[in-house]
Amino acid sequence: MSFEDWFRQDRLPHIYCAGCGNGTIINCTLAAVDSMGWKKEDTVFVSGIGCSSRAPGYIVTDSLHTTHGRALAFATGVKMANPKLHVVVFTGDGDLAAIGGNHFIHACRRNIDLTVVCMNNQIYGMTGGQGSPTTPRGCISTTTPYGSTEPAFDLSELAIAAGANYVARWTSYHVKELERAVKTGLETPGFSFIEVLVQCPTNFGRRNKFRQVADQIEYIKAHSLLKAKRDRLLEQGERIPEDMYVVGELMRRSRPAMGLAPTEVKP
Amino acid sequence: MTRTEFWQGNIASAEGALAAGCRFFGGYPITPSTEIAEHMAAKLPKRGGVFIQMEDELASIASVIGASWTGARAMTATSGPGFSLMMENIGYAAMTETPCVIVNVQRGGPSTGQPTMAAQGDMMQCRFGSHGDYAIIALCPASVQEMYDLTAKTFNLADQYRVPVFLMADEVIGHMRERIIVPDAVEHTGRPAFLPGTPPFKPGAGLIPGFPEFGKGYGTHVTGLTHDERGYPCATNPGLHAALVKRLVDKIESATQKLADFDVVNPDAEQIFIAYGAPVRTVQQVIHDHPDRKIGFLRVRTVWPFPAHALALFRCARRFIVPELNLGQIAREIERHAKVPITSVPKLGGELHTPAELFAVWEAGA
Repeated sequence: MSFEDWFRQDRLPHIYCAGCGNGTIINCTLAAVDSMGWKKEDTVFVSGIGCSSRAPGYIVTDSLHTTHGRALAFATGVKMANPKLHVVVFTGDGDLAAIGGNHFIHACRRNIDLTVVCMNNQIYGMTGGQGSPTTPRGCISTTTPYGSTEPAFDLSELAIAAGANYVARWTSYHVKELERAVKTGLETPGFSFIEVLVQCPTNFGRRNKFRQVADQIEYIKAHSLLKAKRDRLLEQGERIPEDMYVVGELMRRSRPAMGLAPTEVKP
Repeated sequence: MTRTEFWQGNIASAEGALAAGCRFFGGYPITPSTEIAEHMAAKLPKRGGVFIQMEDELASIASVIGASWTGARAMTATSGPGFSLMMENIGYAAMTETPCVIVNVQRGGPSTGQPTMAAQGDMMQCRFGSHGDYAIIALCPASVQEMYDLTAKTFNLADQYRVPVFLMADEVIGHMRERIIVPDAVEHTGRPAFLPGTPPFKPGAGLIPGFPEFGKGYGTHVTGLTHDERGYPCATNPGLHAALVKRLVDKIESATQKLADFDVVNPDAEQIFIAYGAPVRTVQQVIHDHPDRKIGFLRVRTVWPFPAHALALFRCARRFIVPELNLGQIAREIERHAKVPITSVPKLGGELHTPAELFAVWEAGA
């Protein structure tokens, strides 16, 4: 099998804009899922509302496209009621960090056995480009026409503070690293959170001086700082510029988890 | 062997759910419903079920819907403020035809209102509270026995009709203690069978599609967007949307007579009380206190869909008297069906009508 076998072919073409990076993330996620050797009938994809959340509709397994912000609460019900199912959640920055923020921190705290892939495009794409909790300070959106004045949320740090077992951040440029991170997330018992910075040419890029799709990907790549390098710089007493995104595996631990399949339960 | 217990209403509701095979409870503490969550937290794990206290009521009902798709009988219990928070996902359950049970032990509202006092102020909200057109089923218990019996019944109805079903109790019925006869077993009907290979949202008998449980390899896509019979989003086709919403309403409303659950007392009376929930007890007392008077009574258990055909059973009716612990919510529903005048007898504040109050209303028209 390959990742392509997981696509619901009769739903293509998809609704994503030209140059959108969500397809890259879906491919990486499905490649990781495929490499787990899971059966389709044992795998469920759950999502909320937004561009990210359309992903399960293109996947052949059972899937639940739910209400805005609530994907993790629905997924919690699926996983707790049938722990044998592998549950993967697609979400975005608005869905997860704004309207769904409470469910996010509590799912991390419970450390429930889900793998969450967050497509962080720093904007509300589906509704036409409004500012989100991760829109960087100074960036233009339709609701921050003079530049966002709010500090942005660091979703990975939030997940770590709230108790997730596995946290990694990559970008739509780092496809190999991303696939490996999702796979590690799928393998790790407990709550796994993979944040992916992704370009949104239609609603973020064109308002923020990225004339070409590649310009924004280049920007994201140039502003990615490997965690190991960040740690080294900090040791040397260097200051990390605010506009850098720390990427890599940010947390791996084994706090007690909920919703584990019977065979995974440790005495 | 049946057995006799002396239970609180909320405990009876939880026990009724357990007897019906409820395997998942997602909840959040709220007065006056909390005893149901506490009882489920104690009992469900011992019976192989799952209790989870969620972070809020939005999450509670979401978890219930998620659990239901794995085939589990799933429920939550709440009261006014939590009920308001659940509304969006109740609409999702209606749109996705997800069987689920919601117990609302009603208290005085609006807002935080009277947490420890009885009310029936959410009767319209349970029918119309989420946005868009849809239909649901709501049952109203008037005794501890009915907290048990009707809770068990809600699971069968939720499964059969693939719809959210509400047990609309109130603080008085939820918190009072009465003798109850616990049956050996309760009736258990399943969800409509899904035929593999067919479109998952293609309606079968009674306009209801078979239930394609998650984890069986059916590969069903479930979405709150307007969807076709395959479950695929199709949100800009006017005809498809109209047909779907019409079916969601028709599958319940066309079953009104089948769903009807009511008792008739003195069908040849001229003045008839109509009541549901706690006010039923007051009307029963009025009838008991005045055996010499012909006091009619339509006592309704299935409030939604409202059994309008029951009104015609009172052939000599001159007037229907409707006592409610609200400003007259179901009275309006009755008014649009009845051919004779309606007298709404609202009561706010958390206490029941006294028998004397209700008899005075009846007597004034005698």
